[in-house]
Amino acid sequence: MQGSFPAENRKNFAMQLITQVTGTGIPLLLDDIDTDRIIPARFLRCVTFDGLGEHSFEDDRQQDHSHPFDDARFNGAAVLVAGRNFGCGSSREHAPQALIRWGIKTVIGESFAEIFFGNCTTLGVPCVCASRSDLEKLTAAINADPKISISVDLNALQAKAGSLTVPISIPDGARLALTTGKWDFLGQLLEGADAVQAAAKTLPYMTGFKA
Amino acid sequence: MTDRRNLFNKVWDLHSVRSLASGQTQLFIGLHLIHEVTSPQAFSILRDRNLTVMFPERTLATVDHIVPTDNQLRPFADGLAEEMMSAIEKNCRDFGVRLFDLKDIRQGVVHIVGPEQGLTQPGMTIACGDSHTSTHGAFGSIAFGIGTSQVADVLATQTLALSRPKVRRIEVTGKLRPGVFAKDVILHIIRKLGVQGGVGYAYEYAGEVFDRMTIEERMTVCNMSIEGGARCGYVNPDQTTVDYIKGRPFAPQGADFDRAAAWWLSLASPADAEFDDRVTFNGSEIEPTVTWGINPAQSVGVSERLPKLSTLTADDQKGTGDAFAYMGLNEDQLIQGVKIDVAFIGSCTNGRISDLREAAAIAKGRKVAAGVKALVVPGSQLVRQQAMAEGLDKIFEAAGFEWREAGCSMCLAMNPDKLKGREVCASSSNRNFKGRQGSPTGRTLLMSPAMVAAAAINGCVSDVRSML
Repeated sequence: MQGSFPAENRKNFAMQLITQVTGTGIPLLLDDIDTDRIIPARFLRCVTFDGLGEHSFEDDRQQDHSHPFDDARFNGAAVLVAGRNFGCGSSREHAPQALIRWGIKTVIGESFAEIFFGNCTTLGVPCVCASRSDLEKLTAAINADPKISISVDLNALQAKAGSLTVPISIPDGARLALTTGKWDFLGQLLEGADAVQAAAKTLPYMTGFKA
Repeated sequence: MTDRRNLFNKVWDLHSVRSLASGQTQLFIGLHLIHEVTSPQAFSILRDRNLTVMFPERTLATVDHIVPTDNQLRPFADGLAEEMMSAIEKNCRDFGVRLFDLKDIRQGVVHIVGPEQGLTQPGMTIACGDSHTSTHGAFGSIAFGIGTSQVADVLATQTLALSRPKVRRIEVTGKLRPGVFAKDVILHIIRKLGVQGGVGYAYEYAGEVFDRMTIEERMTVCNMSIEGGARCGYVNPDQTTVDYIKGRPFAPQGADFDRAAAWWLSLASPADAEFDDRVTFNGSEIEPTVTWGINPAQSVGVSERLPKLSTLTADDQKGTGDAFAYMGLNEDQLIQGVKIDVAFIGSCTNGRISDLREAAAIAKGRKVAAGVKALVVPGSQLVRQQAMAEGLDKIFEAAGFEWREAGCSMCLAMNPDKLKGREVCASSSNRNFKGRQGSPTGRTLLMSPAMVAAAAINGCVSDVRSML
């Protein structure tokens, strides 16, 4: 699972186009899953993101031995099916970095917390929304056949699992950034360096409020 | 034509550098704050790509999350924490960023340090790799948390790629009753609007209650905007704001200050400003508020009972039932009287001097209940110094509280201050998530610092209004 995540391409600015993500699924249809649960704070005592994957949902797994992230049926899953307000709380990028290192490449949820959503986008992980009833159908399809292939298509705006097709949504900005390979914003922001210098000079506090 | 833009949109427009191909805005960031937890990987990105920091003087670093609050001698007992401290020291040296380290009296929790030093000013865009960056909105700035890749974006370009959110005006009318604090106001707002009610919005807090609040109280409210799903929250700048900033080390001086103040005040939303949504609450109806669950919207007024499951929707029944099971509480029970093991006063939400004064007023002449471990952790070294000059440390210690060094401490427990097992903590911090305070099964009850002090004295959740 490790080694193939898109963030490794960051050293050069050529980003892959992310239009479709395909893989097996893992269901976690719970609401308000915060980033402390995704990766407890003690694992943030680090200076790289290496090794975070195995600690995804560590405390939840310790307290619930039937947790999907401990369920062998879902080994190798790339598509996480989540509930409402997934990724709320702390801004820690360690949360998506941990999920990526566990193998997650896309999340389908009812809704997402904003900072988590932005962190995922800039790491090339699409977070797409589906209705509760469709998420329940996807969950049922995965539970019935954990090896079923699920595809998330950012152009067609639908997710497919076998004969099941459900509509998905994602804000335009993130969708365009992902599908045109511009999801790592640093390269684009650097291209605007001259405009940044010019803009800075127009702000009163950047010039010390001099008359 | 008159300008009916609200403060958020005015400041956003002033900081827009250009539109990106994705439709997002390249937004200039006026102040960047960094700390030891979310910055090391960002500096690695800079090194990997051979980049420098574009405006080093616009970034300030301090250390807070991992700092021990008892023994601060280096090297730290925790080797991982020591490695992070060494990393931020080296990164700041290598890239020319100013660092307030433990030896610097200006060190403290990042969201307390910025305002204290006069770095946080109205009309700025402020970013930090920490979701409680919303605190700085108290000054009428646009301030929000970012991830580590975005920390690298700001270091290298002083900008971020962002989509403009909508703006919701939250008006709190009337007057707060005695014993009701800023913390109760924000817990009440989150309870009513929900933990994801603010997703996609910036919150403008307004109305008589906010007009009367001190800057420190406004910071407490703005701090927890993110707990209601809003990435940023702000209060329009007024004379209270201007007076707070005047004379602080990084504030403009003399005639420059007067020009700054005029500009700051000009940014406030006009009386006829346009908003995407409006909500009003009556401040006189807010009670001291306490959380009973595992997210900050799961709260009640201190005289209320916990919800009955039968009154909730099927979805909410599941979440509420799970929360009751985790917390060891029952439907329809009173929150008052719930036993606590630990009391924590501190954090970027409530670790400022006014918070310590409010708690000390309750602790004065009383004793912490037997078996309760009570901690007071000032939000910065300067807050600590001020509190000691006022004798607050003596009041707390006489009552049986431990008086600590500045840091994030037990708010997120990335340092030695942690709950053990299923301990219940009355906490002035911002999150009651499962495991948040360092024990995977630990339990958190969020409340105001005065309410924490009251709980510490009585050994259980208590109504501070009977102890004023």
